Amino acid sequence: MAEPMGFYTDTTVCIGCKACEVACKEWNQLPSTNGGVNTMSGDSYDNTRRLDGIHWRHVKFIEQFSEDRTGGRWLLMSDVCKHCVQAGCLEVCPTGAIIRTEFDTVVIQSNTCNGCRDCIAACPFGVIDINPVSNTAQKCTLCYDRLQGGLEPACSKACPTKSIQFGTVKELRERAQRRVDQLHEVGEKRAYLYGADEKMLGGLNSFYLLVDKPETYGLPPDPKLPSRQLVPGTVATVLGAIMVGLAGIFSFRNRGSGEPAGATEDTSA
Amino acid sequence: MIDAPSSTWFTAAPHWQWYIILYFFLGGLAGGCYFLGTLIAIVGRAADMKLARLGFYIAFPLVLVCGFLLTIDLGRPERFWHMLIQRNTLLPMFKYWSPMSIGSWALAIFGLFTFISFVGALADEERRWPAFDRLGIPWERLRFTVPALLARMFEITGGIFGLYVAGYTGVLLAVTNRPIWSDTPLLGMLFVVSAASTSAALMILIATRRGWSMPGLRSLHRMDAWVIMLEVLVLIGVVVSLGSVARAWLNAWGALLLVVMVFGLIVPLALSWRARGRHALDLTTASALVLAGGFLLRVVIVLSAESV
Repeated sequence: MAEPMGFYTDTTVCIGCKACEVACKEWNQLPSTNGGVNTMSGDSYDNTRRLDGIHWRHVKFIEQFSEDRTGGRWLLMSDVCKHCVQAGCLEVCPTGAIIRTEFDTVVIQSNTCNGCRDCIAACPFGVIDINPVSNTAQKCTLCYDRLQGGLEPACSKACPTKSIQFGTVKELRERAQRRVDQLHEVGEKRAYLYGADEKMLGGLNSFYLLVDKPETYGLPPDPKLPSRQLVPGTVATVLGAIMVGLAGIFSFRNRGSGEPAGATEDTSA
Repeated sequence: MIDAPSSTWFTAAPHWQWYIILYFFLGGLAGGCYFLGTLIAIVGRAADMKLARLGFYIAFPLVLVCGFLLTIDLGRPERFWHMLIQRNTLLPMFKYWSPMSIGSWALAIFGLFTFISFVGALADEERRWPAFDRLGIPWERLRFTVPALLARMFEITGGIFGLYVAGYTGVLLAVTNRPIWSDTPLLGMLFVVSAASTSAALMILIATRRGWSMPGLRSLHRMDAWVIMLEVLVLIGVVVSLGSVARAWLNAWGALLLVVMVFGLIVPLALSWRARGRHALDLTTASALVLAGGFLLRVVIVLSAESV
C-alpha cells in the first residue's frame, strides 16, 4: 500500500473564495444545484449550504460579531469528507460499494452502490448524500483518479492560500503541529488540531486546524462509530425476543386455568 | 447546533420514509405472525391448528410485500441483488457486523420458510383451488407427509428467523449515527416486542371477525396483554435511556408518541382486560388500536429522527 494520503485544512488562512468548490465540481463533473437556478440561503455568503451528493467541498462562513459590531471575526472553513481511518460508512455498507483504497482513503464505487442510504445515516459528519444524477450515494473521493495518475486533488491544487494542503498524513500532521506552535507563539492560543491523532475514529486522514469549539464549525465534538450499538442493541433485542417467547409459552401453557379445558367461549361476532 | 445534546446532531438524514416505515411495520407482522403460528403449532391443541395456519397464511404474502417495498426504496432498484451477491465477483456478499447486510439475508431466508409453511398450511387444509386444478398437474401425487418432529424443527427455525426480521430493524436504526436511533440500544427490543403485540392483535382481529372460537384464541389474547405490558415498559425504557436526547421529542412527535402510548397500548390493555376474551366488540377495537399504535410508533421513531 502506498503511504496514507490526506488533507490538512488550516482554517485560519481560508479566505472563502470557494475555488476548492469550483475545482471539485469541474474535475468530478458534478451538476449544478437545481439546474443552475440556485437560491440565496440567507446564511452569510454560504449558498452551498451543506455537503451532499453534488457538493463534495463546502466552504462554511461563520460570522462572530459583538452586538454593536465593534469587535468580531470570520471563521472560514472548507469542509470535506474526513476519510476516517475507522470509517462508519464503510462499516455499514451492505453491498461492499465503499472501499478503502491503496492511499488509505475511503471511496464509494458508483457502479456497485444501490442507493440504500445506510452510509448517509452512518457517517458521523453528515458528509454523504445521494447524487440525483446517478441515484447512488456520493462524496469526496480525494480525487482517487488524479491520485492514481500521480496528480494532487483538484481542490488543494486550486486553493490560493494553501488553506487546503495535500500530502502524506504523517508529513501533514508534522506541518500542522508546527503551525499550531507558531500560532500559540504569536498569541492565538485557541488554535488546535481536530482529528489529527488516533483518538478520533483512528485518525481523520482529512483533519483541521481550528480556533473555536468543533460545534461552532458544525463538527461533532465526539464522533463515534455506528458499530458501538451493535452488541448492546443485539443483546437487548435477543432479550426482548426471549421475553416474547416466554410470554407466549406461559400464556398457552396457562390456558383455561379455572375453567374446564375446551370450555365453549362466546367469542363469535 | 452549539447546544446539541449529542454528536449525533451533526449527521445527515438518510431519507428513509414511508416505504421503510411500512416495511418495519409489515416485516414485524410477518415475523411475528410466523412466530405465533409456530408457537401455536407446538403448544396449541388440535382445535388451535386453524389459528396456527392463519399465522403462516399472513406471513408469506407480507414478506413478498416487504421485499417489494425495500426494492423500490433503493436509489437503484435494479441493483437490489447487490445486497446478497458481490457485483464484481458474484460471490456471496455478507457482513455480519452490518445489520442491513445480515437483515437482507435473514429476510431472503425467512421468505423461503414462509413460502414452504404457506404451502404446507394449504396442503394441511386440503383446500381445493380451482385455478390450480385447471393447470392439469397431478397435485395429489405430489403430496407427501413430513414427520411431525421435522415439521416442528422447521417451524422453530423459521420462527427464530421471523423474530430476527421483526427485531433487527431496530438494531439497524441503532447502528447509525442519527439522533434518537443511535442514542439508545433499545429500539430492537421495542420493535420485536411491538411486532409480537401487533401480530397477536392482527390474528385475534381476523379470527374474531371470522367468528372463530378455539381455546388458543384466548391464550393468544392473554399473551397479547402480557406483551403490551412489556411494550409499555420497554417504551418507557427507551425514553429514559435517551437521557437529554429525549428533548428531541418535545414537539408534535412527542405528542404523537404519547397518543401511541395511551391509545395504542394502555386503552387496548384496559379494553381487553374488560373483555377477558369474551366480548368480540371490545377485542376487535383493542386489536385495531394495537395495530394502529404499532404503525404510528414506527412513524414517530423514523420520522422524528429524519426531521432533526
